[in-house]
Amino acid sequence: MTAPTAPTALTAPLLLGVRHHGPGSARAVRAALDAAKPPAVLIEGPPEGDALLPLAADERMSPPVALLAHAVDDPGRAAFWPMAEFSPEWVALRWALDHGAAVRFIDLPATHTLAMAKDPTWEDGEGEEADAGEPDEMRHGLRIDPIAVLAETAGYDDPERWWEDVIEHRGTGSAPNGPPGGDGHDPIAVFTGLAEAMAALRETYGHGGPDRDLIREAYMRLQLRAARKEYGDGVAVVCGAWHVPALAAKTTATADRSLLKGLPKVKTEITWVPWTHRRLARHSGYGAGIDSPGWYGHLFAVPDRPVERWLTKVAGLLRDEDRIVSSAHVIEAVRLAGTLATMRGRPLAGLTETIDAVRAVMCEGSDVPLRLIRDRLIIGDVLGEVPEDAPAVPLQRDLTRLQRTLRLKPEALERDIDLDLRKENDAARSRLLHRLRLLGVGWGEPAAGRAGTGTFRESWRLRWEPELHVRVAEAGVWGTTVLAAATAKAESEAASATALAEVTALAERCLLAGLSDALPAVMKALADRAALDADVGHLAQALPALARSLRYGDVRSTDTAALGEVATGLALRICVGLPPACTGLDADGAAEMRGHLDAVHTAIRLLPDAEDVTGHWAAVLRKLPARDSVPGVIRGRAARLLLDDGRLAEDEAARLMGLALSPGTPPADAAAWIEGFVGGGPGNPGGGMLLVHDERLLGLVDAWLTGVPAEAFTDVLPLLRRTFSAYEPGVRRTLGELVRRGPAANGGPARAEAAVPGFGAGLDEARADGVLPLVRMLLGMNQDSGDEDGGDAGAMGQGAVNEGGREAGGGDPGAMGQGGVNQRDRYAGGRDQGGGDEGARDQGARDLGSGDQGGGEEDNDLVGAGR
Amino acid sequence: MTVPATAEATEAARDEALRPHAEDAFAHELSALAAADDRPRPARWRLSPWAVATYLLGGTLPDGTVITPKYVGPRRIVEVAVTTLATDRALLLLGVPGTAKTWVSEHLAAAVSGDSTLLVQGTAGTPEEAIRYGWNYAQLLAHGPSRDALVPSPVMRAMSDGMTARVEELTRIPADVQDTLITILSEKTLPIPELGQEVQAVRGFNLIATANDRDRGVNDLSSALRRRFNTVVLPLPATPEAEVDIVSRRVDQIGRSLDLPAAPEGVDEIRRVVTVFRELRDGVTTDGRTKLKSPSGTLSTAEAISVVTNGLALAAHFGDGVLRPGDVAAGILGAVVRDPAADRVIWQEYLETVVRERDGWKDFYRACREVSA
Repeated sequence: MTAPTAPTALTAPLLLGVRHHGPGSARAVRAALDAAKPPAVLIEGPPEGDALLPLAADERMSPPVALLAHAVDDPGRAAFWPMAEFSPEWVALRWALDHGAAVRFIDLPATHTLAMAKDPTWEDGEGEEADAGEPDEMRHGLRIDPIAVLAETAGYDDPERWWEDVIEHRGTGSAPNGPPGGDGHDPIAVFTGLAEAMAALRETYGHGGPDRDLIREAYMRLQLRAARKEYGDGVAVVCGAWHVPALAAKTTATADRSLLKGLPKVKTEITWVPWTHRRLARHSGYGAGIDSPGWYGHLFAVPDRPVERWLTKVAGLLRDEDRIVSSAHVIEAVRLAGTLATMRGRPLAGLTETIDAVRAVMCEGSDVPLRLIRDRLIIGDVLGEVPEDAPAVPLQRDLTRLQRTLRLKPEALERDIDLDLRKENDAARSRLLHRLRLLGVGWGEPAAGRAGTGTFRESWRLRWEPELHVRVAEAGVWGTTVLAAATAKAESEAASATALAEVTALAERCLLAGLSDALPAVMKALADRAALDADVGHLAQALPALARSLRYGDVRSTDTAALGEVATGLALRICVGLPPACTGLDADGAAEMRGHLDAVHTAIRLLPDAEDVTGHWAAVLRKLPARDSVPGVIRGRAARLLLDDGRLAEDEAARLMGLALSPGTPPADAAAWIEGFVGGGPGNPGGGMLLVHDERLLGLVDAWLTGVPAEAFTDVLPLLRRTFSAYEPGVRRTLGELVRRGPAANGGPARAEAAVPGFGAGLDEARADGVLPLVRMLLGMNQDSGDEDGGDAGAMGQGAVNEGGREAGGGDPGAMGQGGVNQRDRYAGGRDQGGGDEGARDQGARDLGSGDQGGGEEDNDLVGAGR
Repeated sequence: MTVPATAEATEAARDEALRPHAEDAFAHELSALAAADDRPRPARWRLSPWAVATYLLGGTLPDGTVITPKYVGPRRIVEVAVTTLATDRALLLLGVPGTAKTWVSEHLAAAVSGDSTLLVQGTAGTPEEAIRYGWNYAQLLAHGPSRDALVPSPVMRAMSDGMTARVEELTRIPADVQDTLITILSEKTLPIPELGQEVQAVRGFNLIATANDRDRGVNDLSSALRRRFNTVVLPLPATPEAEVDIVSRRVDQIGRSLDLPAAPEGVDEIRRVVTVFRELRDGVTTDGRTKLKSPSGTLSTAEAISVVTNGLALAAHFGDGVLRPGDVAAGILGAVVRDPAADRVIWQEYLETVVRERDGWKDFYRACREVSA
């Protein structure tokens, strides 16, 4: 092999094999370049980037930045070449620009790599940076890991640590140790040693890498040849250490050219984009990643004593977070790190040693503050910058393309549009606007619609302001297409959200924006937050939004299976947590909880596998009325919800009511129970109908009310007023009539109803049945369909009423519809004496009737006495 | 597992001792290590730091002697502990009960100083004399104050001889008594004002303390004292397999001493108990897909052992001798629900969201529902 010779006689190119993003390599490269002063520097990177080199000299350019190449017609196919301040490539680039040397990128052009990434014959699983979608693919992650083999030979179990010890930890001549096989004072010797090691490895293991590597190396050799012709033999090459022996190999230009024949091509564009340390970190999903960009940046930036300075930095961070860390702590940590390194046989304390020392000395053995240190220092928050005149990011191109296909022009003038989501084009527009909003590009704002509030309509107010271009450029870090960027942003937001409500809102936005790829991450976050949230109120607030999202998802035909699963889990948690949460509440808390109860009750029916959950929920509801420690309003509400669902026999309801209204109960509590049981509320304006139709319940309320002592009456009056004033005027009047007439009527709901003024006595069933077909038609029901359709039909019916101009009352249409349907069922149950569909209910009604017959006399007497 | 240290073994009873000291039980390993060890040793250390780490973590020496691992856990922890002792900072081992704190401290002292008996057991009633010195009152009355009338504490002896002293359960010791350690650890001296003298620590002196970080009502260390310690937290077993192994081994030992018949199919139930404990403790299911709330109890391995032992006793005396879900359900409930309000909800949530849907856990779910109701 051709080893680089002494800098004085440059007869062969200076081959500087590096580890990408290695600060030690970067220092070594700078020292070697300073010593050799080559006329041209060749860097492993896409040659398309040559045109953008002047931008690197711009003072507004600050690393970390990345060269981004993407296919023109498909911005989703893109590749990144990230460079941090401590990347050898960046150092070489800046050195050349500062010293007036020529710079060339010599890797295989992106036009080929991008085309090959798409072409199945070239898909060889070797990610490198050329394939942005391939996570965790290390630069040296070839079939064999050369560094791992070298490390093993040197007796290290961890290749990263070996590299750190031998290469990264060499200071510029001032390091306390010389790396093995290299003299700290000869800036080029270390490269020689490394090249020899790599050559030996390649001899032993073959080329190890996939075919694409051979092609890349052939291309690099050709470029090197061209550069040598132009600038002489003294050119320097900065490339991955693995490639050094291949570049030094003697091959003919013809052989190399034949390797490069027939490569696929795609039209590409290239630009600089700002990068972040977080994305340099390995786990954020790009190749050539490193674990600790912050630590490497520190190693590269400090002039001396890296460990001391690092630990001082850590102490500063901990002090900012109000932990008591004194200088004595720093001293002890430095000592411990040093001794640990000695014991582990390392030349200098590395990141592992300093972390161990910080944990033992400064953090009292706890890992919690360490997480902060990892986040802020070891990875770091550094965000790169790119001059404004860099070519447009692919995200902007993708947006322009979408704007064209969707015929949605960016105009500075404000304008409103209405979208009908049933139309393909409008749905796509809506998704685009929602995605942009998620990305912080506030082009459109949702506006209150003029035409109804149906779930398939959306109104937007559009206004394109010039600064939105900047926003788009900023959003470019998230991805190359609007879809990919919005997905990445949503996933990141889901991970960082703290409150449950935030995540639910995010889930809703994801559905609106049609980001089905982001949903799993959001759902995971949602499930996690729900699991850890101990406040049932939060869970109960989250559930209706989720149920709503499920319905939106239906309108937009998104896959909502995961959402349904999470919602079911949430409902189960509510079922478990609700009973204990209902005790020990004050009046306000009870009223709030009652609202939750209603909301959850409505939401649970909308869940996909409702039977299982509603069973649980019914058990919870049944538990509540029996507990004296639960406030009256909640007990009453639970009983009512059960009754409405047909899960509570009517005489059982009467028993519960009698229990709640028995003389031993404090009047205020009893009044609260009544409010819960028959009270109206948002979503249930017809609560009073129950009293109209059930004479016995009305009798109980009546009896209780007349029995309330005078001194307590003024206390319960506001509660009762609140309860009854919420009824519709018609219901109030009917109730008044019923009470005035007194309970002397012959009992039984059917009779009582028949006696409403203005109607004949008794029910003409044949005539009443004649109404049914029309009612069914109005409700949009099939003749045969049973109660399952009731919910939807009710919702539709209610919606129709709303559009007809009736005051909506701000309620959830579903809940209203449900109430309406229940009322209808109740009528049916009461009247349809022989109707087969509701046998049990009928039985209950008949029982009720007969029971009333028996007890009627006594009741009457009591009430009479009360009057 | 934590093996309670006993300091009362005398010379004569050494062979008969129920449980010999570490330095006696592993004397051959220690001497083999000392012979093979050519690395620099800190003053008065019997072994080099590297050899001490090997003694704890196990390995094979060049002459073929096999060193059994004393501690199964992250290498990093042992390295930091040994290094701390070498830097003359005191070492504080923290952890929930049953994480081998005492065990590690005993073996560290045995390997470093060859003597693990310089021990102060911390209790709420530990007096200052146990850390500093006491008086032989007969001597004191007869001859007046002198060094002869002085009864040195283990710590004082360790200081004058350059040995490793141990303090068990540091956080149980009342705060004012704890603080007597500050001078010892920072000035490395113990003044005896009654005699106008002092005892200066000789090179090689150091102190290992253990403390329980999940106990309620402990005396927290003052920040002045805390600063003198490097802290190492001993973790719970890293993998379910390791924990199941520890539990079955200990249950077996305890069962034999209680003459309980061996339960042949018990290991499935042990695995289940360990799984439940680990999931609730870690706040996440073993498949890593569902997060959970953690109850207030520690749910340590030691508690899992007692739940299983209890279940075995139930099965042996009242059941058919086979450990069944019903036998452990009550024990688990008792271990998990320490706070009747909050923990019960957590437990029910766990039952409904995790246990109910798990394959093959139907019996267990039913048994738990029965005892929870």
